[in-house]
Amino acid sequence: MVFRRFVEIGRVALINYGPEHGKLVVIVDVVDQNRALIDAPDMVRTQINFKRLSLTDITIPELPRTPSKKVLKKAYDDADVEGKWSNSAWGKKLAVRIKRASLNDFDRFKVMVARVKRSSIVRRELGKLRREKA
Amino acid sequence: MIFRFHQYQVVGRALPTPGNETPKAYRMKLWATDEVRAKSKFWYFLRKLQKVKKAHGQLLAINEIFEKYPTTIKNYGIWVRYQSRTGYHNMYKEYRDLTLNGAVEQMYDEMASRHRVRSPCIQIIKTATIPVALCKRVNTKQFHNSKIKFPLTSRKIRPPSRSLKTTYKASRPNTFV
Repeated sequence: MVFRRFVEIGRVALINYGPEHGKLVVIVDVVDQNRALIDAPDMVRTQINFKRLSLTDITIPELPRTPSKKVLKKAYDDADVEGKWSNSAWGKKLAVRIKRASLNDFDRFKVMVARVKRSSIVRRELGKLRREKA
Repeated sequence: MIFRFHQYQVVGRALPTPGNETPKAYRMKLWATDEVRAKSKFWYFLRKLQKVKKAHGQLLAINEIFEKYPTTIKNYGIWVRYQSRTGYHNMYKEYRDLTLNGAVEQMYDEMASRHRVRSPCIQIIKTATIPVALCKRVNTKQFHNSKIKFPLTSRKIRPPSRSLKTTYKASRPNTFV
């Protein structure tokens, strides 16, 4: 197995446990074997255990160790982390999951209607193909 | 972060007597779980250094000391005197942490796990923030690399909160990243 995602300064990670669940953060330094110093433009710089992080494929290149908030924000925007994340397969899947969790009953009704409509079109075409074959 | 041990600055002196109107005041920085314990520890140590006890002394000040820069990583050296099953020993330990309280917590946990020494048997002689060039332990020095890079080799997948935990899983986990 080749490792492709490394803990390095500038690596973007997703917090997968705890109160900050679902947040994208940047690793700005490594405290020790188990902990990293993480930062994001809208949070205070803190330490977090690697167990609570899921590394992504996105890195901010040439990020200095423990950058100031200003430097971090600029690098974050230049590397277009948010854009890359929302265009990535993982980011899209997560966005769908969040949307689904936030639907209300009427939205779920609309989804049901749309699915029924789509499946009826598909089955109509399938029926046509079956009759042609027979 | 909740710390078990808080750092206190305790200042005290002997009570003034007709023979000594202005006794010398002594200040100690020590770690204790709360202020009451801190005051007690202060008198314990001061008794060993000066001819003064709590009975004929007075506490002038006790303040908690907080970390000045809790968002930067520092290398802490802690000099410890501890009691083992066979006698007293000194130790020097190094920790990387954001706060001195965090490093002291690590020290107490490590002494308990590696040497089975419980916290009452540990005395902190001295603590210091060590500059990178003076760190002695390889375990600390391996992180002194501005281009540090390593993979997380085996990952335990866990649900994002304890309430979503299930006893049975459909398939075996894949621990590769």
